[in-house]
Amino acid sequence: MTDGAGGARGEPILRATHINKHFGPVRALHDVAIEVFPGEVVALIGDNGAGKSTLVNVLTGVLQPDAGEIEFDGRRVSLSSPSAARALGIETVYQDLAIAPHLDAVANIFLGRERLKSGVAGGLGFLDNGKMREETEQQLGRLRVRIPNLTRRLVTLSGGQRQGVAVARAVMWASKIVFMDEPTAALGVAQTEQVLDLIKRVRDTGIPVVFISHNMPNVFEVADRIVVLRLGEVAAHLDPKTATIDDAVSAMTGSLRGMAAARSEQGG
Amino acid sequence: MAKEQAAAIPAQTEAIPVWRTRLAGSFTLLILIVIMAIFTIWEGTKFFNLVNFNTIAIDSSQLLLLAVGSTFVIITAGIDLSVSSTLVLSAVIAAQLMVQLSGTPAQVAAYEFPNQNVAIPIGLAAGVLTGLVCGLINGLLVTRLKMPPFIVTLGTLGVFLGIAQLLTGGTTVPNVPPAVQTDIGLRTVIGFTIAGQQIRLTPPLLIALGIAFVCAIALNRTRFGRYTYAIGSNVAAARRVGIDVERHLIKVYALCGLLAGVAGSFDLLRFGTASVGSHTDDNLAAISAAVIGGTSLFGGIGTIGGTVVGALIPAVLRNGLVIGRVPSFWQNVAIGMVLILAVYLDQRRRATEERM
Ligand SMILES: Nc1ncnc2c1ncn2[C@@H]1O[C@H](COP(=O)(O)OP(=O)(O)OP(=O)(O)O)[C@@H](O)[C@H]1O
Ligand SMILES: [Mg+2]
Repeated sequence: MTDGAGGARGEPILRATHINKHFGPVRALHDVAIEVFPGEVVALIGDNGAGKSTLVNVLTGVLQPDAGEIEFDGRRVSLSSPSAARALGIETVYQDLAIAPHLDAVANIFLGRERLKSGVAGGLGFLDNGKMREETEQQLGRLRVRIPNLTRRLVTLSGGQRQGVAVARAVMWASKIVFMDEPTAALGVAQTEQVLDLIKRVRDTGIPVVFISHNMPNVFEVADRIVVLRLGEVAAHLDPKTATIDDAVSAMTGSLRGMAAARSEQGG
Repeated sequence: MAKEQAAAIPAQTEAIPVWRTRLAGSFTLLILIVIMAIFTIWEGTKFFNLVNFNTIAIDSSQLLLLAVGSTFVIITAGIDLSVSSTLVLSAVIAAQLMVQLSGTPAQVAAYEFPNQNVAIPIGLAAGVLTGLVCGLINGLLVTRLKMPPFIVTLGTLGVFLGIAQLLTGGTTVPNVPPAVQTDIGLRTVIGFTIAGQQIRLTPPLLIALGIAFVCAIALNRTRFGRYTYAIGSNVAAARRVGIDVERHLIKVYALCGLLAGVAGSFDLLRFGTASVGSHTDDNLAAISAAVIGGTSLFGGIGTIGGTVVGALIPAVLRNGLVIGRVPSFWQNVAIGMVLILAVYLDQRRRATEERM
């Protein structure tokens, strides 16, 4: 089903063009275009404040762009809310995780899509906790993700473990595309490696992953394409097979701009 | 599954023994037991007898309802300061409607209530409905105007009480048919004798316990309860996963108002009238009960079971101190100290358990 690393082409699942977003006087995104194809990992990189999270938020229905078009599966869509995006099969690991720390992992994973008991009890809103737990275990098994204790409130877990729950939730539900905004920020080396492996496994099922990270070796390890944002604009497209980390850093910071642009490849 | 937990997600679980969290979780219950033990040693069977416990339970029925409603609101990281005024306004409207429907002004003035069989249920229902409307108003103001609940309910605390005062001229509603108290409120629905002591379960007590039970199930087992915790835990996350936060908050404030309305109707059942002057501190008492019972003012944490214990503690203290002939002003001192102690212990437990 997949054509493996770098070989992803055909029709894009997601195509956004001319995306503009201002916060008051701050120009967070200016005329940004991005495409995501099935079975690829796109790394989105850029300095702090470059607009990465804003772009993710626009593409996942959290923020409405001031201007621009978003096409999903060839059709023009308006992502009016996070729910609208999720209904299309778009899942997200947000930079702030968006988990409820006082609930356990299962409750967080099913938050907003709870399974109810059948019959009258379900009509009254009774939760089917057993079923939710079972489904979670099944899905996590399929993805080979382990969460130490599914029924402990997340406040009692470490930051990295909480991040793991957010990652698990996104990959478990995604059917079309996954966005991960710095999913490895709180993780140690080994755990980061495991998340990177998970990203590759998701990609290998044909579901593309848009991955944001400040860690260049990680980016070069996992990405099929790199999109560089700088001051709210797409500064370069890099091919991790030919570009170097120095090229990426130059493109992000804007130094040696001509050189970076010369070496960059137009993706898509 | 515990054997091989070291895969994709880090597993540095420093296990806290379950017995320790369990034990600590029942600190409030422990405090209640200690208080009861002290009174028992001090006052013997004057305090420790089933009839007295029966009285304590009936006396706490109104506070219990307010505290249960407050628990839901506080778990969402909100607050409802207006419950005491909602209670009074509900009682006043119930009482006035009852008086008006019971007979002509001349009849009721002569203590005749030809239509009381219709008037009493309608009046009680109107009281409950009034509470619901007050709660809805709070919920709508909090969500539509995006105002802090503290401010909104501080405002409606004054508004609802003021309306009750305007309706009554500031006095107790006169000429309420006494049947509401004698035939309904004080009736023994279930009565039995244990060891020669007569236990009486009256409608207010049974209704309050029933509502607390249903609310405990709703909070624990249903989607409504789960959203209540989720919103208090992280409102942004709740929005991101598609929970209609505003709608849910309106329901929660409406529920809190509804329960205050029921508590207002209890005024008629228990005392046979509605007085504007009583209940002024009940809002803070309700919040204290929830907080003593382990509900966090920051949201996301709380249980109905804890709140039941939290509502009983001040009632038991008051009762025991009265029996011990301690000047009544000491009650407030004791309740305040218990509040601080309970929350301190609870905080310490959480600090060892949580890492945020
Ligand atoms: N809600 C907001 N209100 C006002 N300004 C905002 C808001 N969100 C983002 N910005 C601004 O938009 C710009 C882009 O921010 P964004 O969070 O997208 O950057 P980022 O690339 O994700 O940075 P980081 O690497 O630090 O996460 C910044 O200047 C930021 O201050
Ligand atoms: Mg960001």
